[in-house]
Amino acid sequence: MVTNVTTSNDISRRTVLGLLLGGVALAVLPASKAHAMSTADAQGLVNALVNDINKVIASGKSESAMYREFEKIFLRYADVPTIAQYSLGSAARSASRAQLNAYTKAFTGYISRKYGKRFREFIGGRLEVTGAKPVKSFVEVSTTAHLRGEDPFAVTFLVSDRSGKSKFFNLFIEGVNMLLTERTEIGSMLDRRGGNIDALTRDLQSMS
Amino acid sequence: MLSACGPAPIPDGIDDPNEANNRKIHEFNKRLDEGVFGSGDKSDVGESSPSASADDEMALSAPSDSDAPPPEVSPALIALANFGANLDNPRRIANSLLQARPGDAAHNTLRLGINSTVGIFGLMDVARAAGLPEIDTDFGETLHVWGVPQGAYQELPVIGPSTQRDTVGMAVDFVGNPLWYIFPWPQNLAANGFTWAGEATDRFRYSDTVDSLLYESADSYAQSRLIYLQNRRFELTRGEVAEQDYIDPYEDIYGD
Repeated sequence: MVTNVTTSNDISRRTVLGLLLGGVALAVLPASKAHAMSTADAQGLVNALVNDINKVIASGKSESAMYREFEKIFLRYADVPTIAQYSLGSAARSASRAQLNAYTKAFTGYISRKYGKRFREFIGGRLEVTGAKPVKSFVEVSTTAHLRGEDPFAVTFLVSDRSGKSKFFNLFIEGVNMLLTERTEIGSMLDRRGGNIDALTRDLQSMS
Repeated sequence: MLSACGPAPIPDGIDDPNEANNRKIHEFNKRLDEGVFGSGDKSDVGESSPSASADDEMALSAPSDSDAPPPEVSPALIALANFGANLDNPRRIANSLLQARPGDAAHNTLRLGINSTVGIFGLMDVARAAGLPEIDTDFGETLHVWGVPQGAYQELPVIGPSTQRDTVGMAVDFVGNPLWYIFPWPQNLAANGFTWAGEATDRFRYSDTVDSLLYESADSYAQSRLIYLQNRRFELTRGEVAEQDYIDPYEDIYGD
């Protein structure tokens, strides 16, 4: 998937900004009590996400300003702690609470930078929500991406409220899903560091 | 006999018994890619990486102008891609017919007609703009429809990720391409050459994505394999999320 290179200065600034904004978003969103999520709720969430993305694209800001907007959007709409822990896989079992928290924090910066950049592919195009259906305990929301000079392609969001809020926890671009891709990536990074989760956390802080 | 069985089941998981050998081919392909397309801005790698130990991880933390907009793809390249893709329609139409999908065959026949005329010999994809996007298919898919199982994962020299079934499919598509028989020698070689060139333009058109996959993943072999198999699964299910891809992290957060 798209990983891009950024400077360390940029990263610390963005991480701080991203975490701050993530915190604000958490405080503002009402905590809905556990209830079966309707397809309408899920579709509403993805509609809001798509509108936010399209608004940023239409804003005419510079591309780097857009990336920062996209990072915020990712943090606002994705269940990042769940994505972080699933990506770590069984290594999470032997990690301490503190290690997990530090890793999740580092992963949050890494994933929002990475997918914030990924959304740039939509600049000049648009996303369109085409439908929603319940699957297992969550809702699948289908969208179609229309990009200049490309055949339209499918982007699918899986939305759940099991975290306490309606958020998406997986997304598929032409069948390629984020959870498995990130689990493979994080697993490879961990292997290279001899299974040392602290080294992984340290390095994730500067990666995108 | 085969047609009575219906399509082959879509396997989950990764069947890669020849991983060691595949990885060698992957390294060869990466070196080839670097040699042909240059290492670009990957040359300024490794100055201020905090704790990178492995070479290719230094690329992740190295400074670069990553906020630069993606380079515009040249119109000539797009015209070449369109021209090649248009010439490849007879092969797709033949496969759709072999798959008993006359609707797809008709769709691509209409595209061939529109793009070869209004689209000026296929240089422009006006059919897409008119709401008729390409339906891509190949003999690998035909084998799937006939019930032939996917087989093991393979990485092929130059071509890249494949499976045993897709490799056979590519070989049959190569020798069976109707262009060989529609045109006389040597025009048929030129026609086929344009379809190959059209496909090769993908390396340029999606260069950012391919670069980051090959040079910035922690394990580019594992990522390429995963992405290829997932995307292929998606193509063969005709755009449905496969049952095994509905991972529920709220039920099993460790996924093991």
